[in-house]
Amino acid sequence: MLLMSRLATLESRRGWQVFLILLVLTIVLVPVLNLTLPPESPFHVPTYMLSLLGKYLCFALLALSLDLIWGYAGALSLGHGGFFALGGYCMGMYLMRQIGTRGVYGNPDLPDFMVFLNWSELPWYWLGFGNFWFAMLMVMLVPGALAYVLGWLTFRSRITGVYFSIITQAMVFALMLAFFRNEMGFGGNNGLTDFKEILGYNVQAQGTRIGLYVASALVLALGYLISRYIVTSKLGRVLMAIRDAESRVRFLGYSVTNAKLFVFTVSAMLAGIAGALYVPQVGIINPSEFSPANSIEIAVWVAVGGRGTLYGAILGAFTVNGAKSFFTGAAPEFWLFFLGALFIVCTLFLPRGIVGLAAQLRNRAARRAIPSTETKSKEVGDAASEHGA
Amino acid sequence: MIKSHLARVTWVLRGLHAFVLAFFLMTGLLTVGVAIGAFAASSAWADEYSDALAGLAAPAFNDKVAAIDALARLGDERATPVLEAMSDNRLYTRKEDGRLVIGGTGRDIALTDAATGEALGTATSRDLTRINVNNALRTALGGAIGRLQINNADPAKRLAAAETMARDRTPEAMALLRDALAREKVEDVRAAMALTYAKMSLTSTDPAERLAAVKEVSGRLSSEVRALVAPLAATNPDGSFAEPDPQVRAAATGLIARIDQRLMMTELALNLFQGVSLGSVLLLAAIGLAITFGVMGVINMAHGEMIMLGAYTTVVVQQLFREWIPAEFFGLYLVISIPAAFLVAGAVGVLMERGIIRFLYGRPLETLLATWGISLMLQQLVRAIFGAPNKEVSNPGWMTGAFEAMPGMVLTYNRIAIIIFALAVLAGLAALLRYTPFGLQMRAVTQNRNMASAMGIRTGWVDALTFGLGSGIAGVAGVALSQIGNVSPNLGQGYIVDSFMVVVFGGVGSLWGVLAGAMTLGIFNKFLEPYAGAMLGKILILVFIILFIQKRPRGLFALKGRAAEA
Repeated sequence: MLLMSRLATLESRRGWQVFLILLVLTIVLVPVLNLTLPPESPFHVPTYMLSLLGKYLCFALLALSLDLIWGYAGALSLGHGGFFALGGYCMGMYLMRQIGTRGVYGNPDLPDFMVFLNWSELPWYWLGFGNFWFAMLMVMLVPGALAYVLGWLTFRSRITGVYFSIITQAMVFALMLAFFRNEMGFGGNNGLTDFKEILGYNVQAQGTRIGLYVASALVLALGYLISRYIVTSKLGRVLMAIRDAESRVRFLGYSVTNAKLFVFTVSAMLAGIAGALYVPQVGIINPSEFSPANSIEIAVWVAVGGRGTLYGAILGAFTVNGAKSFFTGAAPEFWLFFLGALFIVCTLFLPRGIVGLAAQLRNRAARRAIPSTETKSKEVGDAASEHGA
Repeated sequence: MIKSHLARVTWVLRGLHAFVLAFFLMTGLLTVGVAIGAFAASSAWADEYSDALAGLAAPAFNDKVAAIDALARLGDERATPVLEAMSDNRLYTRKEDGRLVIGGTGRDIALTDAATGEALGTATSRDLTRINVNNALRTALGGAIGRLQINNADPAKRLAAAETMARDRTPEAMALLRDALAREKVEDVRAAMALTYAKMSLTSTDPAERLAAVKEVSGRLSSEVRALVAPLAATNPDGSFAEPDPQVRAAATGLIARIDQRLMMTELALNLFQGVSLGSVLLLAAIGLAITFGVMGVINMAHGEMIMLGAYTTVVVQQLFREWIPAEFFGLYLVISIPAAFLVAGAVGVLMERGIIRFLYGRPLETLLATWGISLMLQQLVRAIFGAPNKEVSNPGWMTGAFEAMPGMVLTYNRIAIIIFALAVLAGLAALLRYTPFGLQMRAVTQNRNMASAMGIRTGWVDALTFGLGSGIAGVAGVALSQIGNVSPNLGQGYIVDSFMVVVFGGVGSLWGVLAGAMTLGIFNKFLEPYAGAMLGKILILVFIILFIQKRPRGLFALKGRAAEA
């Protein structure tokens, strides 16, 4: 009862309506259109499109997790691709263990690449990954633990702003180098692939794909609600205060370190879950997922959608990835130009992203209507003080 | 300096011409000589030689050994190809006339007469009987070839002979080598001969000779010598010493200890040099960042792309030199590339600052994202213009090659040039900041923008030029990096994380910090590499920096006082 009343405060009445309509559309309409309509119908959703949407849902969850730490706590993590990939690797390890004797070498215990490396037994850190629930626990715990340790080290010594970004970037860079090594026992360069089944279902089958898609949508919805819960709580207010004036919050007696550490860890766990849902849908996880460029691209999804709004991050992930799919099909050589321009345009002209566009235009129109000298002089003063800082 | 260099190059070229001419003359003479030799072979005075040659085909191995010895004693140069062919299993007797022939390789075996060198057409293996060789015979052959060649006019042949003779422990071979050693003038060959001679006498039955040999080889403290002497200091499985004579044993043990020490020193020096070399690369990549990030506080993720632009400018300048400038001035392209790269990257930097970055001052995270966008676009632009594959940049002549600073420590010229260049760039930049009006204005704007503006400094232009300076220096770094690695559109990506690490580690805003940071990380990395491998070493360094920042959040050389708050 208490929970229900708290739930009701997460969104406005209208917000809940939109949320539920979108949820139903994604988890009911799309699979129905895929299953019931004949392929020649214009409304038929082909299975590849469903998988693509499933991928986008994972990216949306990833963007959501970044928005939680960047949009609300003001710390831009350039390491979220790393948490995503770690979650993905945990899932990949489970899927590898499900292959059993169907590998090329037919070894019941060892994945093919270990047989290839002449290993005689599973390394200790692979133990337990044959169990789905243990693997799912690790999907959250491994990225969460890494985020906790890194966050504790950095937030404690009050490393903020770009220094935090650079350190997280160095972290994914180091992880990428580490996972490229064959001796790490994660398949080196090739990563983990050639999956057969998940919970006994063939990963290639249409039914499994729909199942994974629906699971992604549900987890995204749940992730969104959890994030809303955090940001609408008292902790959420502290976080926003930290984002806007960190020292002041500290002097008021709040533990900035703990607040940031909590949200960073939760955010990393969400990213890990997104990775775990992503891997069975694309069928491979390899160290290139750790590349720093991937992590920084997530920031542009959030920036395009509008940070500090949660739903903006989801919107941004769909928009940018949709554009990416379009460009890589139609004009691959222009994709990077477009992406680069997107980074610049967002930061220069769309500080609040797509979701802030309407408000931005309204503001501009209002300002043009009443050219007030007061606001103008205030702006100049702001700019100067910022410049001096 | 450059002029004298060119003069030397032309001189060397002229020398080369003379050499080629001499080579042709010699070849001509040799041909005539062989023809005369072939004629003479049929006459009686070479009987002893032909007898010995015929002995090679004898059925018993002992007779073959005797024949080989005879050939070696005769010292006739013509025997060398025959013995070499025999050692390679290419010496046959022809079934139809029993003539000794040397066969070529391939299915149809091209034959030459062993005695005269005359071509005899081709045959298949069915027409021939191979002369069998066993391992003992091969040892004898190696020794004989060595003995035949030890007095050859060509130093390379003598060197090879000195090495092949090592297994031939007959007294004659040793005597021959001793004579050759006394006559030898070429240093490399002499050293090889001395080593071989010592190697032969190390197994001598006479303790005095063994002792002398140990003393002889102790002049060269190399790992080869260590391997040679090691058996003298070793113990048998039952605990007794392999070397009965205590004096020899002591000498050998002492020598091994000295060699080990020297090898350790060499390795240390080499690691240090490689570390400094890597450090100088990091320094070059990070100096520009020390300006844009350290002085201006702008996070420029496109910094790596400025390096890349500099490298591509080098490629273009090189191409222009290839097409328009006479080849003897080709080495100068690098000298032209430096200002060109500075201007190209600097101009792009000024454009970036004026067009985008100045709107984002005070918003570092947005700057980070926008400059990342610029870096993506620059990469794609370069890929569109030059294509994705690596471009090749050739080192100018004066940068190729190496010298041996001490035995086992080879330093390449391009690495040394880059170390010197990096330090020169750093010194130049420090001087610019310290002694020029522009440097003064730059410092003024950094310290107090409003005051500087009130004093009449055009802060906007100073910002643009400062950013241009940082970018231009990155471009210059690109020229240097093009000399030691591949030039590709993602060249800069590899340096960006490292450069930021150097600047953060060294302390933001301090040039000395950058120097110290780059050198520390470079040397640290190289010393870790042998133990941890290249990748793990890098990971350890990143972890170390994260931990280091815990203790000193503002880097090694933290700014103090007012500037620290800025």
